[in-house]
Amino acid sequence: MNEQLQIENPKLTVHDLNFYYGKFQAIKSVSMDIPEKKVTAFIGPSGCGKSTLLRVFNRLYELYPGQRAEGEIRLDGANILDRDQDITLLRAKVGMVFQKPTPFPMSIYDNISFGVKLYENLSRGEMDERVEWALSKAALWKEVKDKLNQSGSSLSGGQQQRLCIARGIAIKPEVLLLDEPCSALDPISTSRIEELVNELKADYTVVIVTHNMQQAARVSDFTAYMYLGELIEFGATDNIFIKPKRKETEDYITGRFG
Amino acid sequence: MASAISPDNKIYRRRRMVNATMLFISGLTLLFGLFWLAWILITLLYEGFNALGPTLFTLNTPPPGSNGGLLNAIVGSLVMATMGTLIGTPIGILAGTYLAEFGRRGWLAPATRFINDILLSAPSIVIGLFIYSVYVSQVKHFSGWGGALALSLIVIPVVVRTTDDMLKLVPDSLREAAVALGAPAWKMIVFISYRAARAGIVTGILLAVARISGETAPLLFTALNNQFWSLNMNAPMANLPVVIFQFAMSPYPDWQRLAWGGAILITLAVLALNIAARMLFRR
Repeated sequence: MNEQLQIENPKLTVHDLNFYYGKFQAIKSVSMDIPEKKVTAFIGPSGCGKSTLLRVFNRLYELYPGQRAEGEIRLDGANILDRDQDITLLRAKVGMVFQKPTPFPMSIYDNISFGVKLYENLSRGEMDERVEWALSKAALWKEVKDKLNQSGSSLSGGQQQRLCIARGIAIKPEVLLLDEPCSALDPISTSRIEELVNELKADYTVVIVTHNMQQAARVSDFTAYMYLGELIEFGATDNIFIKPKRKETEDYITGRFG
Repeated sequence: MASAISPDNKIYRRRRMVNATMLFISGLTLLFGLFWLAWILITLLYEGFNALGPTLFTLNTPPPGSNGGLLNAIVGSLVMATMGTLIGTPIGILAGTYLAEFGRRGWLAPATRFINDILLSAPSIVIGLFIYSVYVSQVKHFSGWGGALALSLIVIPVVVRTTDDMLKLVPDSLREAAVALGAPAWKMIVFISYRAARAGIVTGILLAVARISGETAPLLFTALNNQFWSLNMNAPMANLPVVIFQFAMSPYPDWQRLAWGGAILITLAVLALNIAARMLFRR
């Protein structure tokens, strides 16, 4: 393990995290600081544990039996892996967008308002404003403003994914987890979402998992390279891509890795 | 060297022959099945339409030799099927929800699913006898409630099964997305899972109604029958299947004609329910 990167303003502090799918250990003693209001990218080959790590940040793994995490993750000081951490509040604070778009079986408007209504009691007018705000942030407002009552699944794949991002930011989380958000999208939708990620870091701490190294280089401030459940190298994106310290990292980002 | 891939290839020609033979045999068995089904339906339609008429819906079941209809039996069947569905559906949906949404851990869900499958294929006469011994023999008289209870026991396993299956078709990614917004489990289930599986669950209920609308055995020991107009659920209640059973076995031609009328009513109702279920599911 290399020496831990010092980060001035950590939003999330991971300390000695281990994760198990039954008996299989998917994350091995990972420690790292995720900086506040920056974009942090996780890269690495399939199965290296990067998506798993993301799903520990909002404890989504708890939906499934046999999956468990050990260690410590501090969000603003409190350990989110603690038993008494309120799990729904944690998930409201730590939003997530998935690999495949997952519009709810309801109208575009309701897709956004569903999450907002869980924690806020807004008047009709306030809700309208919030929906417009979220959809505008996700660069979708212009395309859907005349069909807010149509089903969310009537949108194209790229639009659906932006709808899911809008849904995620509408509840105003503090951290936004993006799990390969562009892998099912065409280049135009991808570049829209990358622009959006760039804007989002003004208000949110963003963590993005990606298989596309150019994307990591384009959108992130910090990059973590993981392999077989271990954090191999973590540093400023420029350093990782221009002068990686570890040979494994260099092999991977130059494509020499099998 | 000649290519092996040519129409003269022995393996290829053999496969074509086997294919043609099997297709022919499959077609024959299909025709065999359809032949009997068509015979049943044509006989039913022929005899049934002769029995159809306005008095079928306006008069009660008659004594032999006088004019009558099936009004009390139709209403009795409707009442008991409605009550049976109203009792069975909530239980079935809740149990199915437990199986699909909370049944990932532990032994209770797999065991319940297994027992439910047995109940699903239990002979309906056993269900009738069960209600007879635990309810009818305790209150000491046949009754509409007994019939409704027996029917509800048939509804439950059907609804449990379809609810479970339909909820399991809802992708986990949708559940994850709802939970990731901070939704508690019950809101995720009510607003996301149910909504996504709604058509399938309603289809299951309709199929359960279709299933109970023709059941005779469970009513024979519970609701029995009633020659007269009665909406009293605590008294024996007329119903189409038992009336068909009694009238069809009788020596009186006018009773037999009414039995055909009842049979066609049930068949058409089941047909309508099935069509409704299909249309709903396709949407």
